[in-house]
Amino acid sequence: MASDNDNGSLDNSTALPIHISSLTKKYGDLYALDSVDLEIKSGEFLTLLGPSGSGKTTLLMAIAGFNRPDSGSIRFGDQEVILTPPHQRNVGMVFQSYALFPHMTVAGNVAFPLKLRGIGAQECEQRVAEALETVQLSGLGERGIDQLSGGQRQRVALARAFVFGPRILLMDEPLSALDKKLRERMQIELKILHRKLGVTTVYVTHDQREALTMSDRIAVINHGRLAQVDTPEVIYNHPANAFVADFIGESTMLPLDQDQAGNLHYKGSTIARKPPGDDADGWSLVVRPEHLSIMADPKTDNDKTIVFRGKVVETVFQGETAFSIIAIDDQTELQIRFGTGSKAKSGYPQSGADVSVGLGRDDVIVIPGDQRQ
Amino acid sequence: MSWWTRPASDTQVTHGDRFWLYVVASVIMLLLVLPTFIVIPMSFSDSQYLEFPPSNWSTRWYEVYLGSTKWMRATATSVQVGIITMLVATPLGTMAAYALFVSGHRAAKALFMFLITPMIVPVILIAIGTFYAYGRMGLNNTITGLVLAHTAMAIPLVMIVITAALRSYDLNQERVARSLGATRLKAFFLITLPQIKFSVVTTALLSFLTSFDEVIIAIFVSGGVNATLTKHMFAALRDFIDPTIAAISTIMVLVSTILLLMTQFIGVKEK
Amino acid sequence: MTAADVEKTAQSGKPLHGEALRRQHTREQWTLLSLAAPAMIVVVLIILIPVGWLFYLSFVGSSGEFSMEHYRKMVEYKSYARVFLTTFQVSVLTTLICIFIGYPLSYFLALLPARLVGIFMLAVLLPFWTSLLVRTYAWLVLLQKKGLLNDFAMQIGLWDSPVKLVHNMTGTLIGMAHIMLPFLVLPLYNAMKKIDRDLMYAAANLGASPAGAFWKVYFPLSLPGMVAGSLIVFVLCLGFYVTPAVLGGGRVIMVATQITAILENQFDWGAASALGVVLLVATVLFLYMAARLFKFDAALFGKG
Repeated sequence: MASDNDNGSLDNSTALPIHISSLTKKYGDLYALDSVDLEIKSGEFLTLLGPSGSGKTTLLMAIAGFNRPDSGSIRFGDQEVILTPPHQRNVGMVFQSYALFPHMTVAGNVAFPLKLRGIGAQECEQRVAEALETVQLSGLGERGIDQLSGGQRQRVALARAFVFGPRILLMDEPLSALDKKLRERMQIELKILHRKLGVTTVYVTHDQREALTMSDRIAVINHGRLAQVDTPEVIYNHPANAFVADFIGESTMLPLDQDQAGNLHYKGSTIARKPPGDDADGWSLVVRPEHLSIMADPKTDNDKTIVFRGKVVETVFQGETAFSIIAIDDQTELQIRFGTGSKAKSGYPQSGADVSVGLGRDDVIVIPGDQRQ
Repeated sequence: MSWWTRPASDTQVTHGDRFWLYVVASVIMLLLVLPTFIVIPMSFSDSQYLEFPPSNWSTRWYEVYLGSTKWMRATATSVQVGIITMLVATPLGTMAAYALFVSGHRAAKALFMFLITPMIVPVILIAIGTFYAYGRMGLNNTITGLVLAHTAMAIPLVMIVITAALRSYDLNQERVARSLGATRLKAFFLITLPQIKFSVVTTALLSFLTSFDEVIIAIFVSGGVNATLTKHMFAALRDFIDPTIAAISTIMVLVSTILLLMTQFIGVKEK
Repeated sequence: MTAADVEKTAQSGKPLHGEALRRQHTREQWTLLSLAAPAMIVVVLIILIPVGWLFYLSFVGSSGEFSMEHYRKMVEYKSYARVFLTTFQVSVLTTLICIFIGYPLSYFLALLPARLVGIFMLAVLLPFWTSLLVRTYAWLVLLQKKGLLNDFAMQIGLWDSPVKLVHNMTGTLIGMAHIMLPFLVLPLYNAMKKIDRDLMYAAANLGASPAGAFWKVYFPLSLPGMVAGSLIVFVLCLGFYVTPAVLGGGRVIMVATQITAILENQFDWGAASALGVVLLVATVLFLYMAARLFKFDAALFGKG
């Protein structure tokens, strides 16, 4: 049992890895967590990303100890904590609603975990001041919670979560209540704070952009299972399956045909060799809008580019970028996105125009599963 | 533009158009409040009969009340039972409401329904039932018996008020407190309780009033030296109209009004 | 537990920690249940056992055998029929009076700006908090022959000689309506508060007159709250004792009055219990209907 984490745990120089194995939680017949295995490295920023109801919050709450799984193991370092009550797990936690204590001042909120650990008034005061300085709220200690703005509340919740030096920090969609500008600023700040604290951080969000911005690694979760766990670059550029490809970024999926030689084709164009090892019942090509470019004059495939021909349905200007929808046959439309700088200005395709669209072979993403409707 | 012709709603009804409603509602509200306060001037009448307005003023009925051993003893019993009921029902109901609220168990709803049955079962039935059962248990005419029955009557009110309070409270606060190192018990006392304290005080006052004002059960199960104020009042009302009742009623109205204003005051302060 | 242990347990085929987690869950549920236990014991002791006992007594005949005689009497004896009729009559009339008075009042309260509601709500809450006995007494004083109401009515020439307003049905209804009104107004007010103002704008925008919009949009939407409140009032009236006993002056015999009369005069526990059981069944039946018609806990204890 992991009850013996007394004052030694107040040393925040050490972050802890989290080992999760065969974690299962059922609600009725529905698996909220279906035998999840996940290794979270010491000190990393890992994001659990998934649609609502995917099990990401269930997983986070299981790590915090607020959701009791049916079976499985959760270890912090060498310590099995699956049976440890939340107050002995020593993890900092930030909730979506911040859950600040309205009957205490800012300083009272931040001092709460320290007082519970019997830390003397003087040290307590000093650490609260340090924590508030870290989140840039120096001097606001005596404010009441209702005198704070949304962003300030967010920072207090953060300070309270790390002031006692937990080696694991858990956050449940902490930025979703903020407006877009503030949210984007806080994303960067959180990332900087994480680097400063060096604490293992598990972050839950349904916002893929937020996940891509902040994470060392992303665990994409769906129907209680991990769909893919990897760095943002790999997740985006090499999605392992249709769910990840569809959930992250914009994409069109084109079904591929397979020949005996192990080559994959789309309408006569050879796309790629079948990835080794895997034997799926079909393959699809993932096309991202920003990977496509308009070719100046009609071209055919070469060893650098795959060419699609189609008719422009509509072109839309959106500020920093613009995009066109191009129908390559009756059922299939591709989206192509391009910059709107002065250079690009002349090049917008007019609707109704016949165009050739090129996809660099370096940008080819092939996933298992036939996405034919 | 005067108030009369100003639009009272967004569908261009003016206050003038609605004036009839304001009049009707005011009359109804006066009818709701005034009859209760009529007892105050009556209680200061010098007359044996209930005339209004009293031709001569005096405090003789208060003197009768204060000088009567019967009324004094009954008052003492009522206050005692009320306070004990408050001290028992408030924690019991709060504990149960909290437990059922956080458990999320399938049976929680059924248990909640069971705990509010004292509000559903007609009081006359509870009165004769406890009278019969107490007869076997030797609890008739005892403080214990009264407190038990009144506690059962107060528990539903406590449950309802506390559950409503918990519903509007962010339970994540308790979770955060636990993640920060507080046991569940500590989290409840340090975080949850301070935030539902207004509701807890309200339920305490409600519990006291429930017991203090309760008539029917008291008629049956209280008696002798432990008869309540309400039992004696009811008997007096059925037999003849004794102006002493006006004096006692005035005191009871004052108690209720003060308690009600207290809850409103705390409520405003907490918000 | 080390990584190697995890591996070992995983291979043994048993779910990891499944047993221990289940035990922990069960322990937590029992701890919570034990928090609710004292309250439950009180309710069992005061409601379940006594009412169960009465239920049993109602089926015991004069010879000590199982018997339906108490229920049979209820069907056969005219005096019972009269009591049931009176009870029904008083309950229906009180409910109707409450609707007629309570609807405009609730509407008025629902229209008030938020800062004024608190003050005007006191008018509804104050009677709610004052002793029923005191209010009944107050009406007794007001309604008697030489009472304020008779004096006032004669002064303004409504009638010439004192009218009997109390110790009869009139007095009972006045007193009961006064006591029951808050039970109608509170759920109705809550229901009205929830009506989306945009619907009224929409109705006006589509050409409805204010009155048309009220009857076609507002009134139907307030109906659930009114039905819930009415059923609560009706059910509470069924078992009422104090007010009819005092203001009815022995002329308005309702079920509760009859139960006490049976006990006081004949000491017949079987008959009194049977009457009580009928009252309980009727109460539960009407409440069940109310619950089916309308989620009335939401109206009563709504988040507002």
